[in-house]
Amino acid sequence: MFRRLPEIETAAEKVSFTIDGRPASARAGDSVAAALLANGVTACRNTPVSGAARGPYCMMGVCFDCLVTIDGTGNRQGCQVRVAPGMAAETQNGKREVER
Amino acid sequence: MTQPSRGGEYDVAVIGGGLVGSALAWGLARSGQKVAMLDEGDIAVRPSRGNFALVWVQGKGLGMAEYAGWTKQSSDDWSGFADLLREQTGLDVAYRRPGGFMPMLSEEELQARANTMMRLHNQPDMIPYPYEVMDRETLRKELPFIGPDVVGGTYCPLDGHCNSLRLLRTLHKGIGMLGVDYRPNHRVESIEHRDGGFRMTTAGGEIRAGKVVLAAGHDSARLAPMVGLSAPVRPQRGHVIVTEKTAPFLHHPTVYVRQTDEGGVMIGDSFEETGFDTTLQPGISSAIAQRAIRFFPLLGKLNVVRSWAALRVLTPDGFPIYEESKTAPGAFVATCHSGVTLAANHALTLAPLIAAGGLGDRFAPFSARRFHVPQAA
Repeated sequence: MFRRLPEIETAAEKVSFTIDGRPASARAGDSVAAALLANGVTACRNTPVSGAARGPYCMMGVCFDCLVTIDGTGNRQGCQVRVAPGMAAETQNGKREVER
Repeated sequence: MTQPSRGGEYDVAVIGGGLVGSALAWGLARSGQKVAMLDEGDIAVRPSRGNFALVWVQGKGLGMAEYAGWTKQSSDDWSGFADLLREQTGLDVAYRRPGGFMPMLSEEELQARANTMMRLHNQPDMIPYPYEVMDRETLRKELPFIGPDVVGGTYCPLDGHCNSLRLLRTLHKGIGMLGVDYRPNHRVESIEHRDGGFRMTTAGGEIRAGKVVLAAGHDSARLAPMVGLSAPVRPQRGHVIVTEKTAPFLHHPTVYVRQTDEGGVMIGDSFEETGFDTTLQPGISSAIAQRAIRFFPLLGKLNVVRSWAALRVLTPDGFPIYEESKTAPGAFVATCHSGVTLAANHALTLAPLIAAGGLGDRFAPFSARRFHVPQAA
């Protein structure tokens, strides 16, 4: 689905992180939302009421569709957080838990 | 459907399309009346879109036992009311009655609260209902997430809550199905009592009806004197905050914090006497958020998604007014600040009485005459 431009593919250094516990790779400077898309994860959550699938959309902090659990905290905006080495990103099923 | 009675196109005109007006229009139409509901537009001062959605009993009615009994009756009838609405419209207003808590942050507050509940129940004519004063450990068994500052609280099994925005929408759908003529953008300018009926001059033209019910919230103060009634209500502002939707963790409503059926946590219960000003005051939002976090520290982790301020419709003593005009029979006023809690009563008890023609002695204590204190000699 999404592919990096060739000149970007090699420009930045690789960052290793996990998506739902599986090893994944991003480029330094990627947002979590961009890294999810680059790894083929287009639906990152289900909505809290109807359960409809949602994925990163506006990529600029407005639509709140890219909510994911990052390092144990739910409902983070994936497009507003940069991927860091070792980060644990998790897709979210419905409502966040208040304790995480 | 009956024929319109003498003096108008409609048997009854309900002025006000919020929760009180809608519940009454629904009940009047179910009683066979031909009803018009006259409403303002989208920018009306509309507490029905800003309230906290409790169906609450505990603590209400100190100073008027009849109000405590009236409230308890509505709570007892609410489940059946919600069933009727669901059967009619297919919509679920998410009424739940798990019992509600009033948590306290100091021993003095808890003692004062216990005294209030005792005085309430010691009133003549009080219809008693169960409640408990709980210490911290007992409370924590029911509300495991309370913070270290909570010393205890009171509990009443009758307390509950609903989705009040959906209640308003459901009532509007229901009255449409019952044939009520809903007229938005019909702000009433004047009411004339003539030939045994009522003639309303409105922004959308003239409306005539055999009876008129003032359920216009704040605007009833202006309208009531036109038909020989009095509704001395004032706006009292309250702030509400709502968080992002969260997996269910708070299984009982409290006066200050409740989790909605869809998962958002509502935080409220501020009181400001600032007239018709719905401007959000960040200092007040901040204060109620801090208090909520003392009750439930894990709320501090949640993101706020919306906050607003709305205006309670308050009489001088805080109790409702229900009254028929002496000088213009057929004109009624119904005003209260608990349009959610009392919706079942308005729909199932009050509306059929108005349809039948009169309120009867039971409602004498709710007359606005209680505010007309004779001049001291």
